[in-house]
Amino acid sequence: MTSPINEDALLSVRGLEKHFPITKGLLKRKVGAVQAVDGVDFDVLRGETLGVVGESGCGKTTTGRLITRLLEPTNGKIVLEGHDITHMSQGRLRPLRRDMQMIFQDPYSSLNPRHTVGAIVGAPYHIQRVKTERGIKRAVQDLLKLVGLNPEHYNRYPHEFSGGQRQRIGIARTLALRPKLIVADEPVSALDVSIQAQVVNLLEDLQDELELTYVVIAHDLSVVRHISDRVAVMYLGKIVEIADREALYAHPRHPYTNALVSAVPVPDPARRDRAQRERILLTGDVPSPIDPPSGCRFRTRCWKAQEICAIEEPPLIPRLGDPDSHAAACHFPVADDEQIVGRRARDPAAEVPDAS
Amino acid sequence: MTAAESVMVNRVIPGSAFLEVRDLHIHFPTDDGLVRSVDGLSFTLERGRTLGIVGESGSGKSVTSLGILGLHNKRNANVSGEIWLDGQELVGASPDTVRRLRGKKMAMIFQDPLSAMHPYYTVGAQIVEAYRVHNDVSKAVARKHAIDLLGRVGIPRPAKRVDDYPHQFSGGMRQRAMIAMALSNDPELLIADEPTTALDMTVQAQILDLMRDLQEEFNSALIIITHDLGVVAELADDILVMYAGRCVEYGTATEVFQHPEHPYTWGLLGSMPRLDRPTAKRLIPIKGTPPSLIHLPSGCSFHPRCPYEPQTGGLGRTVMPDLATVEGRHQVRCHLSVSQRRTIWENEIKPKLEAS
Repeated sequence: MTSPINEDALLSVRGLEKHFPITKGLLKRKVGAVQAVDGVDFDVLRGETLGVVGESGCGKTTTGRLITRLLEPTNGKIVLEGHDITHMSQGRLRPLRRDMQMIFQDPYSSLNPRHTVGAIVGAPYHIQRVKTERGIKRAVQDLLKLVGLNPEHYNRYPHEFSGGQRQRIGIARTLALRPKLIVADEPVSALDVSIQAQVVNLLEDLQDELELTYVVIAHDLSVVRHISDRVAVMYLGKIVEIADREALYAHPRHPYTNALVSAVPVPDPARRDRAQRERILLTGDVPSPIDPPSGCRFRTRCWKAQEICAIEEPPLIPRLGDPDSHAAACHFPVADDEQIVGRRARDPAAEVPDAS
Repeated sequence: MTAAESVMVNRVIPGSAFLEVRDLHIHFPTDDGLVRSVDGLSFTLERGRTLGIVGESGSGKSVTSLGILGLHNKRNANVSGEIWLDGQELVGASPDTVRRLRGKKMAMIFQDPLSAMHPYYTVGAQIVEAYRVHNDVSKAVARKHAIDLLGRVGIPRPAKRVDDYPHQFSGGMRQRAMIAMALSNDPELLIADEPTTALDMTVQAQILDLMRDLQEEFNSALIIITHDLGVVAELADDILVMYAGRCVEYGTATEVFQHPEHPYTWGLLGSMPRLDRPTAKRLIPIKGTPPSLIHLPSGCSFHPRCPYEPQTGGLGRTVMPDLATVEGRHQVRCHLSVSQRRTIWENEIKPKLEAS
């Protein structure tokens, strides 16, 4: 099932797993594991943006932390520019970190409140012992200008900035070493709507200017569609569908992707009734990653589930004559013109008395 | 003194609408200066209608809702103006009177159900308490009522789950339990402050659907406070856009989404990537950041961020525009003339938003 490593890709991930052990008692006896990421394959090509979407607990953040090696993978392989970094020691990894940086979600906790902006953005130079042409201060001020901040704010502290400005500081720090790959974990979800757009535009401008490659992890499908070239949808530690942006949103194959896309509120009151009629309401909650369902993990909430779904895990392959770039892990993929049964249908166990 | 007199005169005439807020001011004196969180807000709401209040963080939307419920501490908040709820004035009423109304006549759904529920008591006990405060019934009857409510908001096996603690519920179920608690006394006014912000997309769809059904069933008045224009477009009949403590645009959902007239509303619409339209090349953000509520800009609070300020001939910098009626109930706080705004919307903004 695992395809060979793609030589052209900047980053290749094969069979990536992360299981967090659950221990009990004094002896820390292992009684189980949270299967946060359980067999994920993808490639990130140079200059592209891969979006990773999914709901909380689906393993998207863990995936991001695994590929930047902030977490140690349980199994699988991560190859960055031909280097196998899966189990590389922190010491050997350090020079490679110049090529791979991360933008964090929360601009309030990811900046040290005791350090000035200059110290924060300049830190990568000190850690990596990089010499800059006209001194570190000038380099930091150029970076601040690049992300749209005033270079004179070099000596200010993070608390003097708003959320959007702090996120810009985080981005400036990320850019200091001119990385090739940037993993952005929910880069805009903590920001106000008007500021979100500024940061999204900034990320896009920087990509064009500096030829960056992004992995953007987010839960907001509209932001992911706007920013990504390709999108991977995750559910309970697995990728259930991966495709080019337009294909994924226009022809979602996996029932979960269908439900996710239909759940986005449409900011148009004229379409309110149609949006509600077409909405697929999933019932229940995401099962526990400690004891995921057998076979297809989505089957417990899927309206198309049949016997085979419980027995055999569907592989992530192109379905219904889709091109190679569009793969879905489902035994019964959704066709383009399919009438989806189960719209607004509710689980009998959770029946709400009908209001109308 | 004249202001006080006019208040006295107004008090004689109770509002004819179910909920009428007149010239509400909520100010917080702090060491740094006076924080004008809400500055002259007026609106009305009838039973069975939904009002969506939209704005960024710090625009005063949550402070308004807490003000209606009388939840501000008199020692550190100056509340003035009038709030008429079903013929009763709330701002001048004694705390005891407001407490009797709170929960029974008006109730609130908070944003974060984990911090809004008490971790030490079972979900059932908390609903029972809310019910017994206002109804002289035995514990057994109240418990039955709690089970009934939990079932109605879609909690599976409510008779069993009623004895669970909040931490045993998932995020979506906790929010359902919060809604059940708010509904326990059949309130006529329900205020939902960011009811779905902490939730996943598919759960958000479930909760919005539930709120819609419940409102039809109870015919209550609903105020929904959010920064997500998609959510208000799904639920609201009327929309109030707040900026820096003031209403900048008010109208029916169709008016505000189809013919928005305030530059801030245009900015919000342009900042938001949308799934129902072809992918835009770039988002159109609002420049700058929301102002400090202590040092509000002179004139129109939005003028430092407004691209059309030069067209006001200097008025924007010096004079605060009035909230003027455009047509029917559509009100806009802007110096630009109606024809100027319509020309800009039709010729500049709308084509950009709809272009691919």
